[in-house]
Amino acid sequence: MIEVNNICKYFGEKQVLFDVNTTFEEGKVNLIIGRSGSGKTVLLKCLVGLFTPESGVVLYNGRSFHDLPDKDKHALRAEMGMVFQGSALFDSMTIEENVMFPLDMFTEMSLEEKRERVNFCLERVDLHNVNKLYPAELSGGMQKRAAFARGIACNPRYLFCDEPNSGLDPKTALLIDELVVDITHDLNITTVVNTHDLNSVITIGETISFIYEGHLQWRGNKDNVLTSDNELLNDFIYAQPLTQRIRQNL
Amino acid sequence: MLKNTLSIIGEYILFLKKVFSKPDKSKIFFKKLLFEMESMGIGSMLIVSIVSIAMGSVITTQTAMQIESSWIPSWTVGFVSRTSIVMELCPTIISLLLVGNLGSRITAEIGSMRVTEQIDALEVMGINPASYLVLPKVLAAMVVNPILIIFSIFFALVGGYLTVLITGCITPYHFMDGLTYCFRPYDIFYAVTKTFVFAFVMSSVAAFYGYRIDGGALELGKANTQGIVVSSFIILILNVLITQIML
Repeated sequence: MIEVNNICKYFGEKQVLFDVNTTFEEGKVNLIIGRSGSGKTVLLKCLVGLFTPESGVVLYNGRSFHDLPDKDKHALRAEMGMVFQGSALFDSMTIEENVMFPLDMFTEMSLEEKRERVNFCLERVDLHNVNKLYPAELSGGMQKRAAFARGIACNPRYLFCDEPNSGLDPKTALLIDELVVDITHDLNITTVVNTHDLNSVITIGETISFIYEGHLQWRGNKDNVLTSDNELLNDFIYAQPLTQRIRQNL
Repeated sequence: MLKNTLSIIGEYILFLKKVFSKPDKSKIFFKKLLFEMESMGIGSMLIVSIVSIAMGSVITTQTAMQIESSWIPSWTVGFVSRTSIVMELCPTIISLLLVGNLGSRITAEIGSMRVTEQIDALEVMGINPASYLVLPKVLAAMVVNPILIIFSIFFALVGGYLTVLITGCITPYHFMDGLTYCFRPYDIFYAVTKTFVFAFVMSSVAAFYGYRIDGGALELGKANTQGIVVSSFIILILNVLITQIML
Protein backbone atom coordinates (compact mmCIF):
# COMPACT_ATOMS: atom_id res chain seq x y z
CA MET A 1 0.00 0.00 0.00
CA ILE A 2 1.16 3.52 -0.78
CA GLU A 3 0.11 6.33 1.55
CA VAL A 4 0.51 9.99 0.74
CA ASN A 5 0.51 12.21 3.83
CA ASN A 6 0.27 16.00 3.63
CA ILE A 7 2.37 16.38 0.49
CA CYS A 8 3.21 19.97 -0.50
CA LYS A 9 5.24 20.75 -3.59
CA TYR A 10 6.53 24.10 -4.82
CA PHE A 11 8.28 25.18 -8.02
CA GLY A 12 10.03 28.38 -6.99
CA GLU A 13 7.34 30.56 -5.42
CA LYS A 14 4.49 28.64 -7.01
CA GLN A 15 2.81 25.95 -4.93
CA VAL A 16 1.38 23.12 -7.04
CA LEU A 17 0.37 20.57 -4.39
CA PHE A 18 -1.41 21.56 -1.16
CA ASP A 19 -1.40 19.05 1.72
CA VAL A 20 -2.47 16.12 -0.42
CA ASN A 21 -3.53 13.03 1.56
CA THR A 22 -4.57 9.83 -0.17
CA THR A 23 -3.98 6.08 -0.26
CA PHE A 24 -3.26 3.72 -3.15
CA GLU A 25 -4.37 0.19 -2.33
CA GLU A 26 -2.45 -3.00 -2.92
CA GLY A 27 -3.47 -5.19 -5.88
CA LYS A 28 -5.83 -2.55 -7.24
CA VAL A 29 -5.98 -0.05 -10.08
CA ASN A 30 -5.73 3.34 -8.35
CA LEU A 31 -6.51 6.40 -10.45
CA ILE A 32 -5.43 9.99 -9.99
CA ILE A 33 -7.78 12.15 -12.01
CA GLY A 34 -8.09 15.85 -12.68
CA ARG A 35 -7.87 18.50 -15.36
CA SER A 36 -4.63 19.25 -17.20
CA GLY A 37 -2.36 21.32 -14.96
CA SER A 38 -4.10 20.22 -11.76
CA GLY A 39 -0.93 18.59 -10.35
CA LYS A 40 -1.53 14.92 -11.22
CA THR A 41 1.85 14.36 -12.88
CA VAL A 42 3.64 16.25 -10.10
CA LEU A 43 1.97 13.98 -7.54
CA LEU A 44 2.92 10.88 -9.55
CA LYS A 45 6.53 12.10 -9.85
CA CYS A 46 6.59 12.69 -6.07
CA LEU A 47 5.45 9.07 -5.61
CA VAL A 48 8.28 7.64 -7.71
CA GLY A 49 10.90 10.01 -6.32
CA LEU A 50 11.49 12.12 -9.43
CA PHE A 51 10.38 15.15 -7.37
CA THR A 52 11.03 15.64 -3.68
CA PRO A 53 8.11 17.27 -1.86
CA GLU A 54 8.90 20.25 0.37
CA SER A 55 6.79 18.74 3.12
CA GLY A 56 4.83 15.57 3.76
CA VAL A 57 5.73 11.94 3.22
CA VAL A 58 5.11 9.10 0.78
CA LEU A 59 4.92 5.80 2.65
CA TYR A 60 5.52 2.45 0.93
CA ASN A 61 4.15 -0.15 3.35
CA GLY A 62 4.85 2.26 6.18
CA ARG A 63 8.38 3.25 5.08
CA SER A 64 8.94 6.87 4.06
CA PHE A 65 10.40 6.78 0.54
CA HIS A 66 12.24 10.10 0.64
CA ASP A 67 13.84 9.32 4.03
CA LEU A 68 15.14 5.89 3.03
CA PRO A 69 18.92 5.37 2.82
CA ASP A 70 20.19 5.32 -0.78
CA LYS A 71 20.63 1.53 -0.77
CA ASP A 72 17.03 0.89 0.35
CA LYS A 73 15.73 3.53 -2.04
CA HIS A 74 17.59 1.76 -4.84
CA ALA A 75 16.05 -1.57 -3.80
CA LEU A 76 12.56 -0.06 -3.65
CA ARG A 77 12.99 1.51 -7.08
CA ALA A 78 13.89 -1.89 -8.48
CA GLU A 79 10.35 -2.92 -7.43
CA MET A 80 8.79 -0.09 -9.46
CA GLY A 81 7.81 0.01 -13.10
CA MET A 82 6.69 3.15 -14.84
CA VAL A 83 4.97 3.88 -18.13
CA PHE A 84 5.52 7.48 -19.18
CA GLN A 85 3.10 9.63 -21.15
CA GLY A 86 5.39 9.56 -24.19
CA SER A 87 6.42 5.91 -23.55
CA ALA A 88 10.06 6.97 -22.93
CA LEU A 89 11.43 3.93 -24.72
CA PHE A 90 15.16 4.17 -25.41
CA ASP A 91 15.21 5.11 -29.07
CA SER A 92 18.71 3.77 -29.71
CA MET A 93 17.64 0.27 -28.63
CA THR A 94 15.35 -2.28 -30.27
CA ILE A 95 12.11 -3.24 -28.52
CA GLU A 96 13.78 -6.45 -27.30
CA GLU A 97 16.71 -4.50 -25.87
CA ASN A 98 14.32 -2.02 -24.25
CA VAL A 99 12.38 -4.74 -22.46
CA MET A 100 15.59 -6.58 -21.62
CA PHE A 101 17.22 -3.45 -20.19
CA PRO A 102 15.91 -3.76 -16.59
CA LEU A 103 16.79 -7.48 -16.65
CA ASP A 104 20.35 -6.62 -17.76
CA MET A 105 20.68 -4.08 -14.98
CA PHE A 106 19.06 -5.88 -12.07
CA THR A 107 19.27 -9.61 -12.65
CA GLU A 108 21.95 -12.21 -13.28
CA MET A 109 19.79 -14.14 -15.75
CA SER A 110 21.41 -15.83 -18.73
CA LEU A 111 20.74 -14.41 -22.20
CA GLU A 112 18.40 -17.31 -22.94
CA GLU A 113 16.38 -16.71 -19.76
CA LYS A 114 16.23 -12.99 -20.50
CA ARG A 115 14.99 -13.62 -24.04
CA GLU A 116 12.31 -15.94 -22.67
CA ARG A 117 11.20 -13.30 -20.17
CA VAL A 118 11.17 -10.60 -22.87
CA ASN A 119 9.01 -12.76 -25.13
CA PHE A 120 6.66 -13.51 -22.24
CA CYS A 121 6.28 -9.78 -21.45
CA LEU A 122 5.76 -8.84 -25.09
CA GLU A 123 3.15 -11.57 -25.50
CA ARG A 124 1.49 -10.43 -22.28
CA VAL A 125 0.91 -7.00 -23.85
CA ASP A 126 -0.11 -8.59 -27.14
CA LEU A 127 2.92 -7.51 -29.17
CA HIS A 128 4.27 -9.99 -31.67
CA ASN A 129 7.21 -9.93 -34.10
CA VAL A 130 8.46 -6.57 -32.90
CA ASN A 131 11.61 -7.74 -31.08
CA LYS A 132 14.03 -6.41 -33.66
CA LEU A 133 12.15 -3.19 -34.44
CA TYR A 134 13.08 0.23 -33.07
CA PRO A 135 10.51 2.32 -31.13
CA ALA A 136 10.24 4.80 -34.02
CA GLU A 137 8.99 1.95 -36.22
CA LEU A 138 5.97 1.29 -33.98
CA SER A 139 2.63 3.10 -33.70
CA GLY A 140 1.83 5.14 -30.57
CA GLY A 141 -0.35 2.35 -29.13
CA MET A 142 2.32 -0.28 -29.76
CA GLN A 143 4.95 1.93 -28.14
CA LYS A 144 2.72 2.24 -25.06
CA ARG A 145 2.36 -1.53 -24.91
CA ALA A 146 6.11 -1.99 -25.30
CA ALA A 147 6.56 0.46 -22.42
CA PHE A 148 4.19 -1.70 -20.33
CA ALA A 149 6.26 -4.76 -21.25
CA ARG A 150 9.41 -2.98 -20.03
CA GLY A 151 7.55 -1.83 -16.92
CA ILE A 152 6.59 -5.39 -15.91
CA ALA A 153 9.84 -7.11 -17.02
CA CYS A 154 11.28 -7.29 -13.50
CA ASN A 155 7.99 -8.35 -11.83
CA PRO A 156 7.41 -5.01 -10.11
CA ARG A 157 5.30 -4.61 -6.98
CA TYR A 158 4.26 -1.12 -8.06
CA LEU A 159 3.34 0.08 -11.54
CA PHE A 160 2.91 3.79 -12.30
CA CYS A 161 1.33 5.00 -15.53
CA ASP A 162 1.24 8.63 -16.61
CA GLU A 163 -1.74 9.12 -18.91
CA PRO A 164 -1.27 5.75 -20.64
CA ASN A 165 -4.07 6.25 -23.15
CA SER A 166 -3.61 9.89 -24.05
CA GLY A 167 -3.22 10.51 -27.75
CA LEU A 168 -4.63 7.09 -28.67
CA ASP A 169 -7.78 6.28 -30.63
CA PRO A 170 -10.76 5.12 -28.49
CA LYS A 171 -10.33 1.45 -29.36
CA THR A 172 -6.61 1.36 -28.56
CA ALA A 173 -7.31 3.36 -25.40
CA LEU A 174 -9.76 0.63 -24.34
CA LEU A 175 -7.14 -2.05 -25.02
CA ILE A 176 -4.66 -0.18 -22.83
CA ASP A 177 -7.27 0.08 -20.05
CA GLU A 178 -7.92 -3.66 -20.25
CA LEU A 179 -4.19 -4.28 -20.18
CA VAL A 180 -3.78 -2.17 -17.02
CA VAL A 181 -6.55 -4.12 -15.25
CA ASP A 182 -5.26 -7.53 -16.42
CA ILE A 183 -1.65 -6.83 -15.45
CA THR A 184 -2.68 -5.45 -12.04
CA HIS A 185 -4.81 -8.46 -11.13
CA ASP A 186 -2.73 -11.20 -12.77
CA LEU A 187 0.52 -10.03 -11.23
CA ASN A 188 -1.12 -8.70 -8.03
CA ILE A 189 0.64 -5.35 -8.19
CA THR A 190 -0.31 -1.91 -6.97
CA THR A 191 -1.03 0.23 -10.00
CA VAL A 192 -1.33 4.00 -9.94
CA VAL A 193 -2.65 5.59 -13.12
CA ASN A 194 -2.80 9.29 -13.93
CA THR A 195 -5.61 10.00 -16.32
CA HIS A 196 -8.27 12.41 -17.46
CA ASP A 197 -9.88 9.85 -19.74
CA LEU A 198 -13.49 9.44 -18.63
CA ASN A 199 -13.80 5.91 -19.92
CA SER A 200 -10.88 4.86 -17.73
CA VAL A 201 -12.44 6.64 -14.77
CA ILE A 202 -15.74 4.79 -14.98
CA THR A 203 -14.41 1.38 -16.00
CA ILE A 204 -11.09 0.69 -14.27
CA GLY A 205 -10.92 3.01 -11.23
CA GLU A 206 -10.97 0.74 -8.18
CA THR A 207 -9.94 3.76 -6.14
CA ILE A 208 -10.06 7.30 -7.52
CA SER A 209 -8.36 10.42 -6.16
CA PHE A 210 -9.60 13.65 -7.74
CA ILE A 211 -7.12 16.54 -7.71
CA TYR A 212 -8.22 20.11 -8.38
CA GLU A 213 -5.64 22.91 -8.54
CA GLY A 214 -3.25 20.95 -6.34
CA HIS A 215 -5.84 20.01 -3.69
CA LEU A 216 -7.29 16.55 -3.18
CA GLN A 217 -11.01 17.26 -3.60
CA TRP A 218 -12.60 13.85 -3.57
CA ARG A 219 -11.77 10.19 -3.03
CA GLY A 220 -13.92 7.27 -4.09
CA ASN A 221 -14.22 4.62 -6.78
CA LYS A 222 -15.80 3.91 -10.16
CA ASP A 223 -19.10 2.95 -8.52
CA ASN A 224 -19.73 6.28 -6.86
CA VAL A 225 -17.84 8.68 -9.15
CA LEU A 226 -20.92 9.38 -11.26
CA THR A 227 -23.22 10.00 -8.31
CA SER A 228 -20.97 12.20 -6.19
CA ASP A 229 -22.30 15.51 -4.93
CA ASN A 230 -18.86 17.16 -5.18
CA GLU A 231 -19.41 20.09 -7.54
CA LEU A 232 -15.81 20.33 -8.73
CA LEU A 233 -15.76 16.61 -9.53
CA ASN A 234 -19.08 16.88 -11.35
CA ASP A 235 -17.78 19.86 -13.36
CA PHE A 236 -14.87 17.65 -14.44
CA ILE A 237 -16.87 14.49 -15.11
CA TYR A 238 -19.81 16.14 -16.83
CA ALA A 239 -17.87 18.70 -18.82
CA GLN A 240 -18.68 17.12 -22.20
CA PRO A 241 -22.14 17.15 -23.86
CA LEU A 242 -22.10 13.36 -24.02
CA THR A 243 -21.56 12.94 -20.28
CA GLN A 244 -24.12 15.68 -19.58
CA ARG A 245 -26.70 13.56 -21.41
CA ILE A 246 -25.68 10.52 -19.35
CA ARG A 247 -26.20 12.59 -16.20
CA GLN A 248 -29.70 13.55 -17.28
CA ASN A 249 -30.53 9.84 -17.62
CA LEU A 250 -29.06 8.86 -14.24
CA MET B 1 24.83 37.56 -13.39
CA LEU B 2 27.58 36.56 -10.92
CA LYS B 3 25.07 34.72 -8.72
CA ASN B 4 23.77 32.88 -11.76
CA THR B 5 27.29 31.92 -12.91
CA LEU B 6 28.22 30.67 -9.43
CA SER B 7 25.00 28.69 -9.27
CA ILE B 8 25.77 27.02 -12.63
CA ILE B 9 29.32 26.21 -11.49
CA GLY B 10 27.90 24.63 -8.30
CA GLU B 11 25.39 22.67 -10.35
CA TYR B 12 28.20 21.48 -12.66
CA ILE B 13 30.30 20.27 -9.70
CA LEU B 14 27.32 18.35 -8.26
CA PHE B 15 26.71 16.90 -11.72
CA LEU B 16 30.34 15.71 -11.93
CA LYS B 17 29.95 14.07 -8.51
CA LYS B 18 27.01 12.09 -9.90
CA VAL B 19 28.88 11.27 -13.12
CA PHE B 20 31.96 9.93 -11.33
CA SER B 21 30.09 7.53 -9.08
CA LYS B 22 30.46 3.77 -9.38
CA PRO B 23 28.64 2.42 -12.46
CA ASP B 24 25.59 0.27 -11.65
CA LYS B 25 26.88 -2.67 -13.69
CA SER B 26 30.51 -2.74 -14.80
CA LYS B 27 29.94 -5.18 -17.68
CA ILE B 28 27.39 -2.85 -19.27
CA PHE B 29 29.59 0.15 -18.52
CA PHE B 30 32.58 -1.30 -20.42
CA LYS B 31 30.33 -2.26 -23.32
CA LYS B 32 29.07 1.32 -23.53
CA LEU B 33 32.60 2.69 -23.15
CA LEU B 34 33.85 0.62 -26.11
CA PHE B 35 30.84 1.65 -28.17
CA GLU B 36 31.44 5.35 -27.44
CA MET B 37 35.17 5.06 -28.19
CA GLU B 38 34.44 3.43 -31.51
CA SER B 39 31.73 5.88 -32.50
CA MET B 40 33.71 8.97 -31.41
CA GLY B 41 36.98 7.80 -32.93
CA ILE B 42 35.76 6.48 -36.26
CA GLY B 43 33.07 9.15 -36.57
CA SER B 44 35.59 11.99 -36.26
CA MET B 45 38.52 10.53 -38.17
CA LEU B 46 37.52 11.81 -41.62
CA ILE B 47 36.86 15.41 -40.61
CA VAL B 48 40.00 15.50 -38.43
CA SER B 49 42.20 14.20 -41.26
CA ILE B 50 40.77 16.61 -43.87
CA VAL B 51 41.11 19.65 -41.60
CA SER B 52 44.61 18.58 -40.51
CA ILE B 53 45.93 18.12 -44.06
CA ALA B 54 44.53 21.54 -45.06
CA MET B 55 45.92 23.16 -41.90
CA GLY B 56 49.38 21.63 -42.42
CA SER B 57 49.40 22.78 -46.02
CA VAL B 58 48.40 26.37 -45.17
CA ILE B 59 50.81 26.76 -42.27
CA THR B 60 53.71 25.46 -44.40
CA THR B 61 52.88 27.83 -47.29
CA GLN B 62 52.50 30.82 -44.94
CA THR B 63 55.73 30.03 -43.08
CA ALA B 64 57.63 29.64 -46.36
CA MET B 65 56.29 33.02 -47.54
CA GLN B 66 57.22 34.83 -44.30
CA ILE B 67 60.84 33.64 -44.10
CA GLU B 68 61.97 34.02 -47.67
CA SER B 69 65.46 35.28 -46.92
CA SER B 70 68.92 34.06 -47.78
CA TRP B 71 69.93 34.65 -44.14
CA ILE B 72 67.47 32.08 -42.83
CA PRO B 73 68.15 28.40 -43.64
CA SER B 74 65.31 26.82 -45.63
CA TRP B 75 64.86 23.95 -43.17
CA THR B 76 63.40 26.60 -40.81
CA VAL B 77 60.10 26.22 -42.71
CA GLY B 78 59.81 22.58 -41.59
CA PHE B 79 60.95 23.41 -38.06
CA VAL B 80 58.47 26.28 -37.57
CA SER B 81 55.61 24.37 -39.21
CA ARG B 82 56.24 21.32 -37.03
CA THR B 83 56.42 23.38 -33.83
CA SER B 84 53.19 25.28 -34.65
CA ILE B 85 51.37 22.12 -35.65
CA VAL B 86 52.45 19.98 -32.70
CA MET B 87 52.25 22.54 -29.94
CA GLU B 88 49.27 24.68 -30.82
CA LEU B 89 47.34 24.11 -34.02
CA CYS B 90 46.48 20.45 -33.68
CA PRO B 91 45.72 20.24 -29.94
CA THR B 92 43.76 23.49 -29.76
CA ILE B 93 42.15 23.92 -33.18
CA ILE B 94 41.22 20.26 -33.53
CA SER B 95 39.87 20.24 -29.95
CA LEU B 96 37.69 23.23 -30.82
CA LEU B 97 36.57 21.39 -33.95
CA LEU B 98 35.71 18.37 -31.81
CA VAL B 99 33.65 20.62 -29.50
CA GLY B 100 31.47 21.39 -32.51
CA ASN B 101 31.44 17.82 -33.73
CA LEU B 102 31.37 15.56 -30.65
CA GLY B 103 30.26 18.11 -28.04
CA SER B 104 27.12 19.13 -29.90
CA ARG B 105 26.32 15.47 -30.53
CA ILE B 106 26.61 14.70 -26.80
CA THR B 107 24.38 17.68 -25.85
CA ALA B 108 21.78 16.75 -28.46
CA GLU B 109 21.75 13.07 -27.49
CA ILE B 110 21.45 13.62 -23.74
CA GLY B 111 19.15 16.62 -24.17
CA SER B 112 16.69 14.72 -26.34
CA MET B 113 16.72 11.87 -23.81
CA ARG B 114 15.83 14.41 -21.12
CA VAL B 115 13.05 15.96 -23.21
CA THR B 116 11.51 12.56 -24.04
CA GLU B 117 11.67 11.44 -20.36
CA GLN B 118 14.16 8.64 -21.10
CA ILE B 119 16.41 10.00 -18.32
CA ASP B 120 13.43 10.02 -15.93
CA ALA B 121 12.77 6.40 -16.92
CA LEU B 122 16.32 5.45 -15.94
CA GLU B 123 15.97 7.30 -12.64
CA VAL B 124 12.69 5.56 -11.77
CA MET B 125 14.39 2.21 -12.44
CA GLY B 126 16.96 3.14 -9.78
CA ILE B 127 19.79 3.71 -12.25
CA ASN B 128 22.06 6.75 -11.89
CA PRO B 129 21.49 8.35 -15.33
CA ALA B 130 24.48 10.69 -15.05
CA SER B 131 26.87 7.82 -14.47
CA TYR B 132 25.18 5.45 -16.91
CA LEU B 133 24.94 7.91 -19.81
CA VAL B 134 27.70 10.45 -19.28
CA LEU B 135 30.65 8.61 -17.71
CA PRO B 136 31.32 6.39 -20.77
CA LYS B 137 31.20 9.46 -23.03
CA VAL B 138 33.60 11.49 -20.86
CA LEU B 139 36.09 8.63 -20.50
CA ALA B 140 35.83 7.73 -24.19
CA ALA B 141 36.54 11.34 -25.19
CA MET B 142 39.55 11.45 -22.83
CA VAL B 143 40.97 8.32 -24.46
CA VAL B 144 39.98 8.96 -28.08
CA ASN B 145 40.72 12.69 -28.46
CA PRO B 146 44.47 12.40 -27.68
CA ILE B 147 44.68 9.56 -30.23
CA LEU B 148 42.85 11.73 -32.77
CA ILE B 149 45.33 14.54 -32.07
CA ILE B 150 48.29 12.23 -32.75
CA PHE B 151 46.68 11.31 -36.08
CA SER B 152 45.94 14.97 -36.70
CA ILE B 153 49.62 15.89 -36.19
CA PHE B 154 50.62 13.17 -38.62
CA PHE B 155 48.13 14.31 -41.26
CA ALA B 156 49.09 17.99 -40.83
CA LEU B 157 52.78 17.13 -41.37
CA VAL B 158 51.83 15.05 -44.41
CA GLY B 159 49.83 18.07 -45.66
CA GLY B 160 52.90 20.27 -45.25
CA TYR B 161 55.13 17.74 -46.99
CA LEU B 162 52.74 17.40 -49.94
CA THR B 163 52.64 21.19 -50.23
CA VAL B 164 56.41 21.55 -50.52
CA LEU B 165 56.43 18.62 -52.94
CA ILE B 166 53.79 20.20 -55.18
CA THR B 167 54.72 23.90 -54.93
CA GLY B 168 58.47 23.44 -54.65
CA CYS B 169 58.78 26.43 -52.27
CA ILE B 170 61.61 24.52 -50.56
CA THR B 171 63.04 21.09 -51.22
CA PRO B 172 61.34 18.15 -49.52
CA TYR B 173 64.77 17.22 -48.10
CA HIS B 174 65.06 20.59 -46.32
CA PHE B 175 61.49 20.34 -45.10
CA MET B 176 62.13 16.88 -43.59
CA ASP B 177 65.37 18.17 -42.11
CA GLY B 178 63.40 20.97 -40.38
CA LEU B 179 60.75 18.56 -39.16
CA THR B 180 63.32 16.48 -37.30
CA TYR B 181 65.52 19.36 -36.15
CA CYS B 182 65.74 19.66 -32.34
CA PHE B 183 62.69 17.44 -31.88
CA ARG B 184 61.62 17.14 -28.23
CA PRO B 185 59.26 14.30 -27.26
CA TYR B 186 58.08 16.61 -24.46
CA ASP B 187 56.24 18.67 -27.11
CA ILE B 188 54.08 15.64 -27.92
CA PHE B 189 53.51 15.05 -24.21
CA TYR B 190 52.46 18.71 -23.87
CA ALA B 191 50.04 18.39 -26.83
CA VAL B 192 48.52 15.16 -25.52
CA THR B 193 48.14 16.56 -21.98
CA LYS B 194 46.34 19.63 -23.33
CA THR B 195 44.03 17.49 -25.45
CA PHE B 196 43.29 15.20 -22.51
CA VAL B 197 42.14 18.18 -20.40
CA PHE B 198 40.23 19.73 -23.32
CA ALA B 199 38.46 16.40 -23.96
CA PHE B 200 37.27 16.28 -20.36
CA VAL B 201 35.96 19.86 -20.57
CA MET B 202 34.32 19.34 -23.95
CA SER B 203 32.49 16.13 -23.04
CA SER B 204 31.47 17.01 -19.47
CA VAL B 205 30.28 20.54 -20.28
CA ALA B 206 28.36 19.32 -23.34
CA ALA B 207 26.72 16.55 -21.29
CA PHE B 208 25.95 18.98 -18.45
CA TYR B 209 24.08 21.35 -20.76
CA GLY B 210 22.12 18.46 -22.27
CA TYR B 211 21.34 16.96 -18.87
CA ARG B 212 19.92 20.15 -17.33
CA ILE B 213 17.50 20.96 -20.15
CA ASP B 214 14.07 21.86 -18.86
CA GLY B 215 11.60 22.14 -21.71
CA GLY B 216 11.43 21.12 -25.34
CA ALA B 217 13.07 21.51 -28.73
CA LEU B 218 13.73 25.25 -28.33
CA GLU B 219 15.69 24.66 -25.10
CA LEU B 220 17.58 21.82 -26.78
CA GLY B 221 18.85 24.23 -29.44
CA LYS B 222 19.79 26.81 -26.82
CA ALA B 223 21.58 24.21 -24.71
CA ASN B 224 23.55 23.06 -27.73
CA THR B 225 24.77 26.58 -28.46
CA GLN B 226 25.53 27.26 -24.78
CA GLY B 227 27.45 24.00 -24.47
CA ILE B 228 29.64 24.85 -27.50
CA VAL B 229 30.27 28.46 -26.44
CA VAL B 230 31.03 27.66 -22.81
CA SER B 231 33.32 24.70 -23.51
CA SER B 232 35.19 26.64 -26.25
CA PHE B 233 35.69 29.53 -23.83
CA ILE B 234 36.94 27.25 -21.03
CA ILE B 235 39.28 25.45 -23.47
CA LEU B 236 40.83 28.75 -24.56
CA ILE B 237 41.35 29.89 -20.94
CA LEU B 238 42.82 26.50 -19.99
CA ASN B 239 45.08 26.63 -23.04
CA VAL B 240 46.70 29.78 -21.64
CA LEU B 241 46.99 28.30 -18.14
CA ILE B 242 48.41 24.93 -19.25
CA THR B 243 50.93 26.67 -21.52
CA GLN B 244 52.10 28.85 -18.62
CA ILE B 245 52.42 25.81 -16.36
CA MET B 246 54.04 23.35 -18.78
CA LEU B 247 56.34 25.57 -20.85
